[in-house]
Amino acid sequence: MNSRLLSIIRKEFIHILRDPRTLAIMFIIPIVELFLLGYAVTTDIRHLNTVVFDADRTPQSRQLVEAYRASDYFAIARYAQSEDEIAVLLDSGAIRAGIIIPAGYGDNLARGAVAQVAVLIDGSDPTVASTAFAASQSVGQAQSIKIVTQRLGVDVTRLGGIEIRPRVWYNPELRSANYMVPAVIGIILQFLTTLFTALTIVREREQGTIEQLVVTPIKSWELVVGKVVPYIAIAFFDLLEVLVLGTFWFGVPIRGSIPLLLGLSVLFLLASLGMGLFVSSVARSQLEAMFLAFLTMLPSIFIGGFLFPLEAMPGWLQAISYLVPLRYLLVIIRGIMLKGVGLGAFGDQVLALLILGPFIMFGASRRFRKSLE
Amino acid sequence: MNAIALSTEHISKHFDHFVAVDHVSFSVRRGEIYGLLGPNGAGKTTTIRMLLGLLTPTSGKGAVLGFDIVKQAEAIRQRVGYVSQKFSLYPDLTVAENFNFYGGVYGVSRAALAERRADIFRTIGLSGQDQERVSALAGGSRQRLALACALAHEPELLFLDEPTAGVDPISRRGLWDLLYALAARGASVLVTTHYMDEAENCHRLAFIYRGRLVAEGTPQEMKTQQMVAQVVEIDCEPLDAALTVLRAARWFDEVALYGALIHAIGQNVAEKISPARALLQSKGVAVKSAQVILPSLEDVFIARLRSVDVDDPISE
Ligand SMILES: Nc1ncnc2c1ncn2[C@@H]1O[C@H](COP(=O)(O)OP(=O)(O)OP(=O)(O)O)[C@@H](O)[C@H]1O
Ligand SMILES: [Mg+2]
Repeated sequence: MNSRLLSIIRKEFIHILRDPRTLAIMFIIPIVELFLLGYAVTTDIRHLNTVVFDADRTPQSRQLVEAYRASDYFAIARYAQSEDEIAVLLDSGAIRAGIIIPAGYGDNLARGAVAQVAVLIDGSDPTVASTAFAASQSVGQAQSIKIVTQRLGVDVTRLGGIEIRPRVWYNPELRSANYMVPAVIGIILQFLTTLFTALTIVREREQGTIEQLVVTPIKSWELVVGKVVPYIAIAFFDLLEVLVLGTFWFGVPIRGSIPLLLGLSVLFLLASLGMGLFVSSVARSQLEAMFLAFLTMLPSIFIGGFLFPLEAMPGWLQAISYLVPLRYLLVIIRGIMLKGVGLGAFGDQVLALLILGPFIMFGASRRFRKSLE
Repeated sequence: MNAIALSTEHISKHFDHFVAVDHVSFSVRRGEIYGLLGPNGAGKTTTIRMLLGLLTPTSGKGAVLGFDIVKQAEAIRQRVGYVSQKFSLYPDLTVAENFNFYGGVYGVSRAALAERRADIFRTIGLSGQDQERVSALAGGSRQRLALACALAHEPELLFLDEPTAGVDPISRRGLWDLLYALAARGASVLVTTHYMDEAENCHRLAFIYRGRLVAEGTPQEMKTQQMVAQVVEIDCEPLDAALTVLRAARWFDEVALYGALIHAIGQNVAEKISPARALLQSKGVAVKSAQVILPSLEDVFIARLRSVDVDDPISE
């Protein structure tokens, strides 16, 4: 390696080590982020607070309530004395679902007629609502089959017809940690590299040292590489930190090859370093750099497939998301960790990163070089 | 070996419609300390930035150490040292770390750096401060360190943009001793300054004003040949009353304060001495002495600037 590059890398490491607070923040961010996202952004919806208004009060109605409770999706928090009371409780947000069993439910069942039950669901959180919606139906159906079976004295499931047996691969318990932890790795890689690349360059400009550097024989690529190498090292340390925590604390599997994961992450870093460089050429102060770095995170978080599935987005938004590098990395990381697939499965993603990374880097370098003048 | 370290031919720089440097031509010989003297905004820094390839000249040519300033900036940068007007060191690094960093980016080996550091620090007066953080250094020490950093790769030519701004007189003296030592070894120095007394230290110097080079020569030549006007130095009291009286009389082109004295500049000043004495005394000013003197650089400077302003008044 040449002496210019080495000098810059050495100097940059000294800067980092002389600032223990920032160093600590760099190691703590991933942990905090991991715990927040691993626990808070959970899409596992269980134990919804539920209120029951049982106007029937028969053994049959109690059986139905018991079936709902046993399903694990509904936690029967209380019993109401009227439908109005349920409305009040839903309004207040104290409960998310209400089950209304009308008087005559037991009689109807006994007569072999259709017995109606109402389930009210708070739709203000669509994720919660759709889970509750599906759960309420499947619990009802199962109960219905049980009753018919009892009445006919034969097992209706043996009368033919279709039986759906869904099996979930890769994440059979549908735990959201398995989905989130790999994504946190991607977010952290991007955030650290973008933010700190931008900050370290803008700091030189604020101090006025950049002019001094420009008149040395340092080439601009050496300046950029030398400045980001230490942060790449830290980003990789953080990556391992998240992997270890994710595996041992959240029990997320790593089914594929870790070296492949690291290798493809490097490919992604080209793009995120490019964004950092771009930010540094636009921002005039460290504060501005910070805001802009956060700004570049937004598309990644919202349309990169981090929180919300890409498939659910309108077409035009999906089209834009093809420009978000994180989108490809997330497919790669989730694929390697959860599915254990190899390089062969990521042809498209690797190609996209191979195009996007150099493209962003090239554009940013040009801007950066201009900003030096 | 070429005897010219640096030369420019009608070099100009326009920022949009503003002309910061206007057809400046000068040359610096090897082993010479050359001064660029001029008021704020004269175009000194802009000239240096063009010579270093940081700015592209709007027109004109320049060569530094035989390399073209536009096409061969890389080659120039490897061989010259630059202490910018706002030279900034890394405050969180130690004195030695700053020095090693700048030496390192010029490709100086670690072993050579250690040797040079001891050497340069001794001459420049930074010995024993290697491990101090720059943030804890006084202004003068920082300036010396900045110079030391620019010397780490033993440049053939040194650009110093106001190296003594904010430095105490003793440190300034030390700095000049160092520059003389460098020049004696064959290095050339281009230095800008506001200080007249400092300009006297240069082997040769140029006055830059409003982007133009308005006079050039050795300090001695400047004082004897460039000056068409003469100077009367008047020691009197009170000074402000004397200034008002002499200016109102309009006998001199320029009446200026020079320390605790008054300098009156104009033509045929010898004949005006006794009328001036009489006038001052009639207005209650006590005149201790009044005589024609050899003009100082400052007098020459002020006179030159005046003549530029008279020939070409600033529009607006
Ligand atoms: N990048 C720029 N864009 C526009 N105008 C500029 C630029 N750089 C310098 N100038 C203008 O050019 C003029 C000359 O500036 P320069 O910095 O060369 O002066 P100077 O002689 O070094 O002054 P000082 O003693 O204050 O350092 C100034 O009026 C300045 O405002
Ligand atoms: Mg200047």
